[in-house]
Amino acid sequence: MSILLTSGVVPTRAGHLNPCAKITAIVLLGVPLLLSIDLVSSTILLAAELVALPLLGLGPRLLGRYAWPMLVGLGGIVVANLVAGGSIGSLGVVTVRLIALALPGLLLVLTTDPVHLADALVQVWHAPARLAYGALAAFRLIPLLAGEWQSLRRARRARGLDAGRNPVVAVRLAAGTLFALLVVAIRRGIRLAAAMDSRGFGVRRDRSHARPSRFSRVDWAFVAGTAVLAAVAVTVSVGTGHWHFLFA
Amino acid sequence: MPGAAVAPARVQARGWGWRHAGRRAFAVQELDLVIEPGERVLLLGASGAGKSTLLAGLAGILSGQDSGEAAGALTVDGVPTHEARHRSGLLLQDPESQLVMARAGDDVAFGPENYAVPPDEIWRRVDDSLATVGFSYGRDRLTQALSGGEKQRLALAGLLAIRPGLLLLDEPTANLDPDGASLVRSAVQRALAETGATLIVVEHRVEAWLPMVSRVLVLAAGGGVLADGPPGVVFRGHAAMLARAGVWTPGVRPVRLPGTTPVGPAAITARAAAYRYRGGEELALQPTDLMVHQGEAVAVAGANGSGKSTLATVLAGLAEPSAGTVVGADDPRPLAARRARSLARLVGTVFQDPEHQFLTRTVREELAFAPRRLDWPAGRIEDRVDDLLDRLRLSKLAGANPFTLSGGEKRRLSVASALSAAPPVLVLDEPTFGQDATTWRELLGLLAAIREEGTGLFIVSHDRDFVAVLADRTLTMTAGSLASPLGVSG
Repeated sequence: MSILLTSGVVPTRAGHLNPCAKITAIVLLGVPLLLSIDLVSSTILLAAELVALPLLGLGPRLLGRYAWPMLVGLGGIVVANLVAGGSIGSLGVVTVRLIALALPGLLLVLTTDPVHLADALVQVWHAPARLAYGALAAFRLIPLLAGEWQSLRRARRARGLDAGRNPVVAVRLAAGTLFALLVVAIRRGIRLAAAMDSRGFGVRRDRSHARPSRFSRVDWAFVAGTAVLAAVAVTVSVGTGHWHFLFA
Repeated sequence: MPGAAVAPARVQARGWGWRHAGRRAFAVQELDLVIEPGERVLLLGASGAGKSTLLAGLAGILSGQDSGEAAGALTVDGVPTHEARHRSGLLLQDPESQLVMARAGDDVAFGPENYAVPPDEIWRRVDDSLATVGFSYGRDRLTQALSGGEKQRLALAGLLAIRPGLLLLDEPTANLDPDGASLVRSAVQRALAETGATLIVVEHRVEAWLPMVSRVLVLAAGGGVLADGPPGVVFRGHAAMLARAGVWTPGVRPVRLPGTTPVGPAAITARAAAYRYRGGEELALQPTDLMVHQGEAVAVAGANGSGKSTLATVLAGLAEPSAGTVVGADDPRPLAARRARSLARLVGTVFQDPEHQFLTRTVREELAFAPRRLDWPAGRIEDRVDDLLDRLRLSKLAGANPFTLSGGEKRRLSVASALSAAPPVLVLDEPTFGQDATTWRELLGLLAAIREEGTGLFIVSHDRDFVAVLADRTLTMTAGSLASPLGVSG
């Protein structure tokens, strides 16, 4: 199960990378992209990403299938900028930077099993187990909410309550249903917490790990490669005089 | 070798009591008892007698000042229970909120991880526990794809992996269909045979558990123990008291209550109505022809996932059929196209979970809601609400918040509120789910009475006794198709 898909994680080479390595890469690539608004560094990074992603198993077909919401959002930003009177040149920079920023995030989301993410956060970065596995368990309850929402709506219709074409009533009805959904979700969460407690969650500090999560040599190489790439992009940009520090 | 033996635990309560934070009364009070290692105890008591509180206390999850206040002592093997959590495993009712992980093996591993068991040993225990409960899939099976009974079996495996000396089961089969319930019982039986653990189980439907238990303990509503002894002795000596407490006395079969008035005209007619879930490949409901007449009780039985709830929502006008039509006798438009008010004049619906239905802050408002939506005059609403409060023994609770009611009271209120606008048809989805014998009998009496008054009943239920007693016609749903193998019964 990937973070986005419940049908199963897309089997890719990147799936074998430690999730913490992928998060590190996002930060390493994100820093130069967020600090400078120049076309040179962002183009280098985007080009490198477009070469690297298929090598990691995320080819154009998979990207096309899952990246379209991002492209739609990007289109919206471009149009809004044009309407607000932005120039085509600055728009090009913004677009390239946004795509270059978003692709590593997409890699994390599409190729990471949430269980492995929690394992890695706890074992590699020593995040509190209570937080990581608690969030993971809560996350599992989210798909149930869709069914509950439908039941709550149907129950309202059965009692003679619907909005028809009146938007004010529709908003009030939705707000009431949402509140009821929240109540249902909290009560289920309390039951889940009791079940976890009864299985010893939080009893000992020295929890063991059934699924070892290690930062392997491949992970180190991946992070080092990303760091080199970021350094090259910044050096070329500064050397050619295009670096434009955002806060300068 | 599956399932290693464990040292069975000894349980003792000395003047034990527990008051939940924010409540005035103690949930359990002045409790003294000893359960010897390896005993198998069926724990009974009226709703509100504190059975679940006692199990939670034994599981060691009641500690902490912010959750409530304890009195006396509750120990497992002489150790206060909150320091002996590893000695017990607690299985609760709701299959959806017991599993922590997405994959079966990871879920079973969760408990041993919490107790810092080395990884190799964890996976040995995972495989042993899965074998003990008869889990027929591998470690990688996604838990969301399991049925309710399979989820409960997996949750039991998760407990066994901790190697507890005390198994605590709090109505583990109340939310399951008969097949799921027997899956869970056989898993418990195997677990007991292999581990020899001490067992305390709470269940309303005692009959199926009797072969497994050696002792019956009945908690008194006001505190303390009401009866204690071997099953035969307790059931013979306290039959009337147990019946009052909502316990199903084994061997007693309720009498059939067929309708006595002639069946009226058809109130709702489905013609080749079919339903497909969005994105679903198969039809959840195959094209179905069905009439629900006034004054008759039609029951639909079938396993979980067979499509009986889908049929109920389509017949009640709450989901639009993907093909075919469902119409009421009062209006030529299809039900799904009618506004909610117009629909509420024809049909009331009782949902599986009563809490989904509550819309207001008091019991009285809840009952007045639908009649008000249908613009009844104030005096008539008043009379109707008083009548319903009286009939369903809710008068004393008229000002209470629906969410604070007990399980049985919630169920009675949900039926009363669906009835409040006096619709000619009532659709009920698993009305007896998780109810004790008292509520069960009351529901039965109420539904039989409104049928006499001419209301048509459409009941989805896997409660065989309930259906056998009440239904004029019983249909069976298999893989989305209706069949009545016995023809028209009754």
